[in-house]
Amino acid sequence: MTTPFYVSPEQLMKDRADYVRKNIARGGSVAVLNYDGGILFVAENRSRVLHKISEIYDRVGFAAAGKYNEFENLRQAGVRLADTRGYLYDRRDVSALGLANAYAQTLGTIFSEQVGKPYEVELVIAEVGDTADRDQIYRLTYDGAVFDESGFVVIGGPAEAVSGVLKNTYAEGSSLGAAVRTAVAALGRDGNETRQLEPSQLEVAVLDRNRKQDRKFRRLVGNQLARLLADEPGAEAAIAENGNASSSGGAQGEAGSAAASQGDLLDDVDEALDGENGDES
Amino acid sequence: MGTPFMSSGTSSFTEFLADYNPEYLPGRRMGALGVTGGSGGGLAAEVPHGTTIVAMTFPGGVLMAGDRRATAGNLIAQRDIQKVFPADEYSLVGIAGTAGIAVEMVKLFQVELEHYEKIEGVELSLDGKANRLATMIRGNLGLAMQGLAVVPLFAGYDLETGVGRIFSYDPVGGQYEEHNFYSVGSGSVFARGALKKLYRADLDQVGAATVAIQALYDAADDDSATGGPDTARKIYPVVSVVTEDGFRRLPEEEVSQLVHEVVDARHRLPEGPQAPLR
Repeated sequence: MTTPFYVSPEQLMKDRADYVRKNIARGGSVAVLNYDGGILFVAENRSRVLHKISEIYDRVGFAAAGKYNEFENLRQAGVRLADTRGYLYDRRDVSALGLANAYAQTLGTIFSEQVGKPYEVELVIAEVGDTADRDQIYRLTYDGAVFDESGFVVIGGPAEAVSGVLKNTYAEGSSLGAAVRTAVAALGRDGNETRQLEPSQLEVAVLDRNRKQDRKFRRLVGNQLARLLADEPGAEAAIAENGNASSSGGAQGEAGSAAASQGDLLDDVDEALDGENGDES
Repeated sequence: MGTPFMSSGTSSFTEFLADYNPEYLPGRRMGALGVTGGSGGGLAAEVPHGTTIVAMTFPGGVLMAGDRRATAGNLIAQRDIQKVFPADEYSLVGIAGTAGIAVEMVKLFQVELEHYEKIEGVELSLDGKANRLATMIRGNLGLAMQGLAVVPLFAGYDLETGVGRIFSYDPVGGQYEEHNFYSVGSGSVFARGALKKLYRADLDQVGAATVAIQALYDAADDDSATGGPDTARKIYPVVSVVTEDGFRRLPEEEVSQLVHEVVDARHRLPEGPQAPLR
């Protein structure tokens, strides 16, 4: 009979944490920040259909970094939980805090108790309130820890470097256009080099406090985004008008992300999402 | 988040809910009723029923309108019930039949469509939405057999072809596509007669709304379960449209003005506008 090697719990947890941290740091970053009309999500993402940013419920948005199949699984679970709660109680009873707690429990259990590997993900759950002081942004790490953030937060990739840049450039109560430009500039400044991120490399969405519909989540795509980035006059007004007529993100006529949930595609998927590592052109 | 949330493989909220707790679904509570078969029983006469819904297409969209009355037997259960709802941004659902079950079904249907859109990242096609509603009605078959049937009317703007379309259902879940106009509920025979004479393929939104109000007026004229416009209490039909720009419920001032025009004209011609003989 062989005696298994003794590994101290500290060492075990540290090994798992190191493994996860290393993998999350490989991808692009996601920044979530407040602006005067709500909450802005900006991610570096070359895919138009494999989202890092999504709608969970009326006022609640979701952003993730890490392994696509794992955070996609968590996103779908969140949508199911929110829809169930909203159906059985009321739409107003779905909150970011409730979801953050549910995610924290799930991630904590997976990290510490399961025999398999922990999830390589980091999440942000944000809720837009009726007024700016009721906005909530929660960051969740792979081990189930929850952080209540205010102003801005960055996850995935060189998160600390990007966060450092934002610390100096982020201004409270800025307009949508200014917030987008600040976030994009910060995302491009990882390490020593400065990259200019194009609209095609970005995934941008907002939780728009002033949207008339119940569902406040909206993607900013194509021309809208290009005009915001170029700081064209009237771009913001056009978006505000447009938002009350058109439907939310899902209606953009994109091929569903359903195909991506097939297992054999997943490796390609992660490469596509973290494109800048795969092909250093 | 327990097992069903993390491991469910379906994009359908109804199927997920059946997995989570089937008791939450309408039509799954037959046991509690303690009734076995037989139609038109005591319960069916006691619970509120919704009555007349009309729908018609016009170039670039579709309109649906409903009266505001719910009846329980020979009593008026509610004067200002809403029976026409947005199912999502591009579709409408109107309900006739057992109000309690129908309203619950609409609520579930709305979540079903939104849930699919969020999970899959794309909206269901209009035919897909219509089929999902048929599936839900089939789930209610047990209750329908006891007299608690739900008969919705579904209409939507087809984003692929750019036209408005109407779907009707029967109590066992049969689904039929209707053309130009349709009506369901207890006053539907009278409303359909009016629609037949007044409908034109080239109506604009205001014209279509006027035709709908005329048809509902005729339904209320001959069917005691359908409520006419209540000018004293300022309760008017619910009129909603979907077009390329999405859902819009006509604001009360707009409907009020059209209703008053129709009612004033009926003071002069009580049977309504006359169609040419040839």
